[in-house]
Amino acid sequence: MTWKQIFTSSVGKKLVMGFTGIFLILFLIVHAGLNACIWANDGGEMFLHAAHFMGANWVPRILEIGLFAGFILHIIQGYLLTVENRKKRSVGYAVSYSDGSKWYSRSMGLLGTLILLFLIMHMSHFWFPNRSNQGFLLGPEINLYEKMQTEFSVLWVVILYVIGCISLAYHLAHGFQSAFKTLGVHNKKYNKMLTSIGYGFSIIVPLVFAMMPISFYFKWI
Amino acid sequence: MEHYTMNLNLKVWRQKNSASKGEFKLYRVENISSEMSFLEMFDVLNEQLIRDGEDPVTFDHDCREGICGACSMYINGKPHGPWQANTTCQLHMRAFKDGDTVVVEPWRANAFPVIKDLMVDRTAFDRIIQAGGYISVNTGNAVDGNALPIEKDKADASFAAAMCIGCGACVAACKNSSAMLFLSAKVSHLALLPQGAPERKSRVMNMVAQMDKEGFGSCTNTGACEATCPKEISISNIARLNQEYLMAGLTAE
Repeated sequence: MTWKQIFTSSVGKKLVMGFTGIFLILFLIVHAGLNACIWANDGGEMFLHAAHFMGANWVPRILEIGLFAGFILHIIQGYLLTVENRKKRSVGYAVSYSDGSKWYSRSMGLLGTLILLFLIMHMSHFWFPNRSNQGFLLGPEINLYEKMQTEFSVLWVVILYVIGCISLAYHLAHGFQSAFKTLGVHNKKYNKMLTSIGYGFSIIVPLVFAMMPISFYFKWI
Repeated sequence: MEHYTMNLNLKVWRQKNSASKGEFKLYRVENISSEMSFLEMFDVLNEQLIRDGEDPVTFDHDCREGICGACSMYINGKPHGPWQANTTCQLHMRAFKDGDTVVVEPWRANAFPVIKDLMVDRTAFDRIIQAGGYISVNTGNAVDGNALPIEKDKADASFAAAMCIGCGACVAACKNSSAMLFLSAKVSHLALLPQGAPERKSRVMNMVAQMDKEGFGSCTNTGACEATCPKEISISNIARLNQEYLMAGLTAE
């Protein structure tokens, strides 16, 4: 069995989703942790130090390429799977079966799309302006703390960010535990633990993200 | 529970053959006993249709004891009807009230094409089994009962997986029409026993390949299959299958 055969089978495609999903979960921890520096209440000094390290150092910039690869794989594979799976039932049911599963576990494609739309908006707020200012290499960065202050002074932007975070929360509520099951974790004690951690993670991390625009909008920082 | 009779409105899927387009037909059945099974209620309907000179409704059934896996109706939005851990033949009419409308559909999945009315072709499952759901190494004559040490927990888990009757309710319930609960039960029941060990890698590889060829979807762990399974096959078998597949993929030649 070749690598191609393994990763293009139905189980293999899900393995790709699981691996990239867990990789992106790890990215969320790093992103939330670094951004939490805004709450140091020092006018953004600590946050700008952290942002400078991430934006003007070769190591995180090379890792950024891996991050993009992870995102792209997860998004494209996700869409391919969603479309493929839909095609497996040409004639649908008159009465659909919804009691057996949670709505968000059946709506990962929709939630993922909302997150993708959020990502496009989010990157056009921060990543693109910053990187284009740097010439996409290690040039001078823009003041991201001030940029956050301006962007998050607009109510509808804050609302869109909160919607993005809610989509992420539900996506994670299913995705976190599902990823580990896909990678083959079947022991009861691990599954119980991972389910609890998954729900905790899917509440805490999106909440931390949502609090950022809210904190700026209400001028708590 | 006290016996009662009921009149029901049935909305039943009628389809001449796999090539034709089907449609729902409305029927009314009267004086149905609460002690009847769902299939007996269909027998009453069919007698009525024959008397009226109409084509009776075709449906799969065999043992009517809940152990063969032949019956396959999607009743009011759930495979095998409203009860838990139950097959259509063991669903009794006391699950319904007088005046209820009951919608009956066939299993819907492209891998299970409709043969006629409520009967679908489930031979895809047979071909998945043929791809590796057995032990082909020579295990010799029947050995002494306790000659092969097997941990009780593993024997129990293997037996629980072997409970799968291959009815296809998991496919019918899954939004992706995935056969992973069925496949994982078949892989698990052999993977948990020492007799299954020699062929464990080729088994999981070949069976997954066959499942994909038959046109079933992939698993997204929604849990709908486990919730509707008449034999309560655990979804943790799917995670075990994933592990078997990953390990086989990484270590096989």
